[in-house]
Amino acid sequence: MSEAFSVRKYLRDLKLPFCPGCGIFTLMDAFLRSIHELGHEDLKDFVFCSGIGCSSWICSPYFVADSIHTPHGRSIPVATGIKLVHPSLNVVVFGGDGDIVGIGMSHFIHAARRNLDILVIMVNNMIYGMTGGQVAPTTPFKTKTATTPYGSFEEPLDATRLAVTAGACYSARWTTAHPNELKESIKKALRMKGFRFIEVVSQCPTAYGRRAGFKNVGEILKWLKENAVSIGQAEKLSEKELEKRVVVGQFVERKRPTVVENVYAVIKEAQVNDTKS
Amino acid sequence: MTTTKSNTYFWQGNQACAEGAIAAGCRFFAGYPITPASEIAAHMAKRLPQVGGIAIQMEDELASVGVAIGASWAGAKAMTATSGPGFSLMQEFIGYAFITETPCVIVDAQRAGPSTGQATKCGQGDVMQSRWGTHGDYSAIVLSPNSVEEMFTLTVRAFNLAEEYRTPVILLADETIAHMREQITVPSSDSVNVINRRKPRAGDKAFFGLEEVPPMPAVGEGFNVAVTGSTHDEYGIRFTADPLVHKKLVERLNNKIRNHVEEISDFEDYNIEGCQIALLVYGCTSRAIYEAVEKAEAKGIKIGYIRLKTIWPFPEKLVRKLAEKAEKIIVPEMNLGQICYEVERVANGLAEVIPLNKIGGGELITPEELLAKILREAEKNE
Ligand SMILES: Cc1ncc(C[n+]2csc(CCOP(=O)(O)OP(=O)(O)O)c2C)c(N)n1
Ligand code: SF4
Repeated sequence: MSEAFSVRKYLRDLKLPFCPGCGIFTLMDAFLRSIHELGHEDLKDFVFCSGIGCSSWICSPYFVADSIHTPHGRSIPVATGIKLVHPSLNVVVFGGDGDIVGIGMSHFIHAARRNLDILVIMVNNMIYGMTGGQVAPTTPFKTKTATTPYGSFEEPLDATRLAVTAGACYSARWTTAHPNELKESIKKALRMKGFRFIEVVSQCPTAYGRRAGFKNVGEILKWLKENAVSIGQAEKLSEKELEKRVVVGQFVERKRPTVVENVYAVIKEAQVNDTKS
Repeated sequence: MTTTKSNTYFWQGNQACAEGAIAAGCRFFAGYPITPASEIAAHMAKRLPQVGGIAIQMEDELASVGVAIGASWAGAKAMTATSGPGFSLMQEFIGYAFITETPCVIVDAQRAGPSTGQATKCGQGDVMQSRWGTHGDYSAIVLSPNSVEEMFTLTVRAFNLAEEYRTPVILLADETIAHMREQITVPSSDSVNVINRRKPRAGDKAFFGLEEVPPMPAVGEGFNVAVTGSTHDEYGIRFTADPLVHKKLVERLNNKIRNHVEEISDFEDYNIEGCQIALLVYGCTSRAIYEAVEKAEAKGIKIGYIRLKTIWPFPEKLVRKLAEKAEKIIVPEMNLGQICYEVERVANGLAEVIPLNKIGGGELITPEELLAKILREAEKNE
């Protein structure tokens, strides 16, 4: 680490649009600290892709970097095209839970299946923040939202486990009440290859906190801290005991050939065969 | 066999399209299987790796065009191919490619819709969708081939226009042209005119304005390019409330196409000056005109035609000229009437516009059917 950390050098001179107390600030800080601690003086080796939502604004256009802000839920296909054509770039996707595992769900699963060599960081604020607090695929059962005034009648999705099942090389969940663990997780993921997924359970005081009965940001963070259980602990708990708990930690770490390697192997093979014929 | 040798081949339309793409410099293809476009994907899957390119089958058509857009920003010329149902799914990203000024080529080999319709049968029902399919104010460039040869040449042109104007270009083919086999003479690769996007110079920062068609960097080149489908200024910075930023951006994006209709237009014409009855045709239906025109002339009818190879932007001046000369314009289409309304709008009473429509079963309008219509209209004139 050559100089002291400052988010400034990675950010354009623009005013950030997030509400006071939003968990996105914690993630931005953790991400840029990871970049700094890994020794990147700038973001020129990175490309950022994001969809639509508050969380998708993290990188676009605020990072001093190449950033592609796609339609809602479609960041992963665009990231796929970039990574396939330009394998030496580090491609990082940011998005909300609605963006990544709501409308963009199919791309998420397929990217993990084909082991696309990218890092996806998903902000799970348990709500559709930007559109004003509608139910998300991650909203806890019975939570009142703008579109579930009597409480949500669907079970939420566990995206981190889904990533494991779909084939991710790395999948972890942390919360904004665990900034240090989150940062270490990002650093680890950035050093790895293959499809990497980090879910960040985060507070949206504006669209979720109030509805879920929290008075202020401090209360949400306290709740996150107190209700977080590690994977190890969680294994010893019953389903009932795990209700309303946030299981945190690293869910998988493994190596698999990536689609990028496989595609270029095909090209090599086709060209060898071609000169033979 | 890195590039296909200049020679005469007996190819299917879809193969000619794939080879045209490769000749134009396309090195990235993504698609999702659908009749009658699947052969393009199969051919690209075989041929692209041989020339160092990538072909991939995606999870759906949304992803297919999305990955092509990503590839384009990484610096590759990229294409996807589909038919009506997939074309419907692609509309979201077509608008995105338009507003972000991302060159790419989208092939729609039309079949009979709506919805799944007659999956293996020919139709021309996507003509208006190719113009107005995505939401908002935009302008489309859409080319319409009528032979296997044009599946090659117009695919090359589609890439060139995409690169020149920094915009998505649609090759609106159809089942007949996609699937038929014809003799085609493939030009040598050095005689194919290939246009490449203009690249920025070191220090350039405005990739979304200042000029009519701004230079386009690729990611990873150090330009810190911010690309967004939201309204943005010349530097790619999002401005979602300022009315002037929106007006300026959207007007420029439309004008860069609308102000160049003549350059973008491509057509074949015959006897516009001396005709009483005219045909306005495009795509597969135009294959009937040659025989019908010959027979009509043999009967002493003064006939002419315009065959559009570029259907959008609509060549208003050209069609208006036709309307000034001809008394009647017959518009044969394999739909219930789409381009005929555009002709009617432009003719604005100068000539009578007469649709000739045929749908179902994928059967083309035959020269006999067209001739019968011409004779009937000529008789009414007398
Ligand atoms: C196709 C489409 N549908 C709906 C929307 C409206 N929309 C904007 S953001 C958003 C969801 C935001 O939720 P999430 O992705 O979880 O991000 P957050 O704002 O909570 O960070 C929606 C539905 C859109 N932009 N595009
Ligand atoms: S609406 Fe919620 S998620 Fe969006 S910026 Fe505000 S607090 Fe953050």
